[in-house]
Amino acid sequence: MEFLVSNFEAILFYLVAALTVAAGVGVIALKNPVHSALSLLSTFLMVAVLFVVRHAEFLAAVQVLVYAGGIMVLFLFVIMLVNVKGVRPDAAFLTRWAPLAIAGGVLIGVLLALLVLLGVLATGTADTSALQSVDGQLAGNTEAVGITLYTTYLVPFEIVSVVLLVAMIAAIIFGRRDVALERPDGEARP
Amino acid sequence: MITATHYLLLSLILFSLGVIGVMMRRNFITVLMSLELIFNAVNLNLVAFSYRLGDLAGQILAIFVITIAAAEAAIGLGLIIALVRLKDTVALDEASEMRS
Repeated sequence: MEFLVSNFEAILFYLVAALTVAAGVGVIALKNPVHSALSLLSTFLMVAVLFVVRHAEFLAAVQVLVYAGGIMVLFLFVIMLVNVKGVRPDAAFLTRWAPLAIAGGVLIGVLLALLVLLGVLATGTADTSALQSVDGQLAGNTEAVGITLYTTYLVPFEIVSVVLLVAMIAAIIFGRRDVALERPDGEARP
Repeated sequence: MITATHYLLLSLILFSLGVIGVMMRRNFITVLMSLELIFNAVNLNLVAFSYRLGDLAGQILAIFVITIAAAEAAIGLGLIIALVRLKDTVALDEASEMRS
């Protein structure tokens, strides 16, 4: 019990990290897209837990709302729509290059791990009160993020809203039926 | 004591898993999901360094990353709908018109 209390942060991190990695493996290894999506959902939630531990409470809430709520619904919606149209997941769910891809990914991981382990910035601690204070006064993380976002980072905020608008228009145009897409066999589009 | 290095290593595992997924899956939908894994790894890095340096800028940048990820997901899923309408498949290697 003593051990549990004194090492609470480490135990929580290793537990959540193991679950994150397991769910991440599930995303890329499961055949059925719906299973992959559920695995991705648990990855999102585990990452949100890690955000809370690192004093990013607002970001954790955004992660759950936008990723687990919005993007996940979008994914499941498309999977259902595609299944209704009679597209079944192929028996061969990997490309011919899968062994090469795994080797390349592991190589990238090992090289990045060397970079991380050689770094000096990553160890040690800093005063984290700035993450939850406004003008030196202690406040919530949400308040601090809000003040910073709407003062220092106001211009990027506005630009990113334009990016969202462009993405929305693009998605609508892709989804339209009367866009001039010719099927290669020349028959009419459904 | 959990340092930023722990978070960097976790995020790099997630990133590698995402890269492997993008390269090895045939299903367009799963490739997009692997991309989301990569975005999450990046966000984890940003938050870990925000905590390490006591600077809010990392969290702000992570919010922007989430926004761009949402835009990317919307466009990518729109592309999937268009691909299914055109070819009745979600397998990426079926879309090979540009290949000579």
